[in-house]
Amino acid sequence: MLPVLYLAQREFGYIGPEVMDYVAEIMDVPVARVYGVVTFYTMFNMKPIGRHHIQVCRTLPCALAGSERITAAIKEKLKIDVGETTPDGRFTLTEVECLASCGTAPMMQVNDDYYENLTEKNVGEILDRLK
Amino acid sequence: MEKILLRNIDAPDSHTLAGHRSRGGYRALEKVLREMTPEKLIDEVKASGLRGRGGAGFPTGMKWGFVPKDNPKPKYVVCNADESEPGTFKDRLLIEKDPHAIVEGTIIAAYAIRSHTAFIYIRGEMFYGAQVLERAIDEAAAAGYLGKNILGSGYDIDLILHRGAGAYICGEETGLLSSLEGGKGWPKLKPPFPATHGLFGSPTVVNNVETLAALPWIIEQGAARYAAIGTEKSKGTKLFSVSGHIKKPGVYEVDMGYPFKKFLEEDCGGVANGRKLKGVIPGGASMPVLRAEELDGITMDYESFQAAGTLLGSGGVIVMDESTCMVRAAWNIARFFAHESCGQCSPCREGCHWMEKIFNRIEHGAGRAGDLEMILSISGNIGGNTICPFGDAASWPAAAFIKKFRSEFDEHIAAGKCTIH
Repeated sequence: MLPVLYLAQREFGYIGPEVMDYVAEIMDVPVARVYGVVTFYTMFNMKPIGRHHIQVCRTLPCALAGSERITAAIKEKLKIDVGETTPDGRFTLTEVECLASCGTAPMMQVNDDYYENLTEKNVGEILDRLK
Repeated sequence: MEKILLRNIDAPDSHTLAGHRSRGGYRALEKVLREMTPEKLIDEVKASGLRGRGGAGFPTGMKWGFVPKDNPKPKYVVCNADESEPGTFKDRLLIEKDPHAIVEGTIIAAYAIRSHTAFIYIRGEMFYGAQVLERAIDEAAAAGYLGKNILGSGYDIDLILHRGAGAYICGEETGLLSSLEGGKGWPKLKPPFPATHGLFGSPTVVNNVETLAALPWIIEQGAARYAAIGTEKSKGTKLFSVSGHIKKPGVYEVDMGYPFKKFLEEDCGGVANGRKLKGVIPGGASMPVLRAEELDGITMDYESFQAAGTLLGSGGVIVMDESTCMVRAAWNIARFFAHESCGQCSPCREGCHWMEKIFNRIEHGAGRAGDLEMILSISGNIGGNTICPFGDAASWPAAAFIKKFRSEFDEHIAAGKCTIH
């Protein structure tokens, strides 16, 4: 099921109700089961998101290293709150739990890539490079 | 201290088959196929004293031995690469730097239980790690270490990489199996154990990345050499991930039984910025916190951490200096568990959210008299009352933070605000 949902998300950008119906049909399972799986995992998006999905780790080791200041710097720069997308569709900002990068905290994941040892300064430069 | 798990990672070609073979890679697998029966292999791993490195510390050889030989169903081995315990990042290092040690270890484990299909379940967020492993699997297959009749031995083994999709609970072995079967990562009631009723109802062994990566060395060098390292009940070396307010964070390989205080002060350079140590979580966020003064005399092994009222767990060491607000730290961890509870058992599903809400209000100035007793009561009602160990993992740290740093919580409630920041 998970590999199929990954394919669906790559193809359609997000997994909305129509995509769940479609996956249920080709997998020959009830749509309720697909819905249950999609909503269980954090990496499936049920709504459209920005081109660059910024995910700042907020769990204890990153918090001790100042992840709250990183999130604040991103919010300030992009003028959006956590859970929001910029009006041009370039960025979506979310906070996530531990990404196994605690020795290089604070850190964020943007789409598939990790960015580690963040500072309030370098995070702005990283975002500038993501068009 | 001799490096076993990290012996290859500094080489620039450590992730390639050529690099792995140039340092003796796959010789252990050749030895197993040429010289050892599955029974002898299990005995050898039992003799090494190797215990599961995912957190529970169950003896690996014994776990393999529970798989029935006469069961007609297919058997499976699953490498648990769903590293998600806060403060733990050792498996990620092995995955990215020494993937062939994991592949080789997984094949050896599969041979031990006569399995012909093995999986590596890697957490979805580790996209780069998945690419590295996929390439390693392809290289190993092309070189004849995977597939039909490997190395002419008559033994068949396929290895399949499977990505998770973001759920801490899939690191719990039965939750992982539910996820691998294509469902929500809901843990299953034990017994029956995966050894008899695991993936798709078939006999299954789930082993952590670090456990499997230790196997090639044990086979090549011999169980006796491995068992000569460490203490009576904790054999060999263990990876510790060190994070938080420490001068030199990172992954360290340590002989079991090494003095904990010396490790933090000398190997890791001590607390950063010249501040004083306040507390340490020694085994990942699930494990009870220790006060600075409790570290004296603790050695880094299963029995010493247990005697100190905590557990070795995953070896995720989170260091907190004197500037840390322990209420905020406890709230952070409670929020993690509230977010990650799979929702299957009522005590955990409801209790984790209550604990998060109460810690949150204490930290933000709205704490009430009796709140701490309330959290301790909730914590006591979750622990031991759930299908899987997540309930314990959520309840232990909450209770430990209150017991160890009680006055700080009381001050927050009395002052009606955070008294640290």
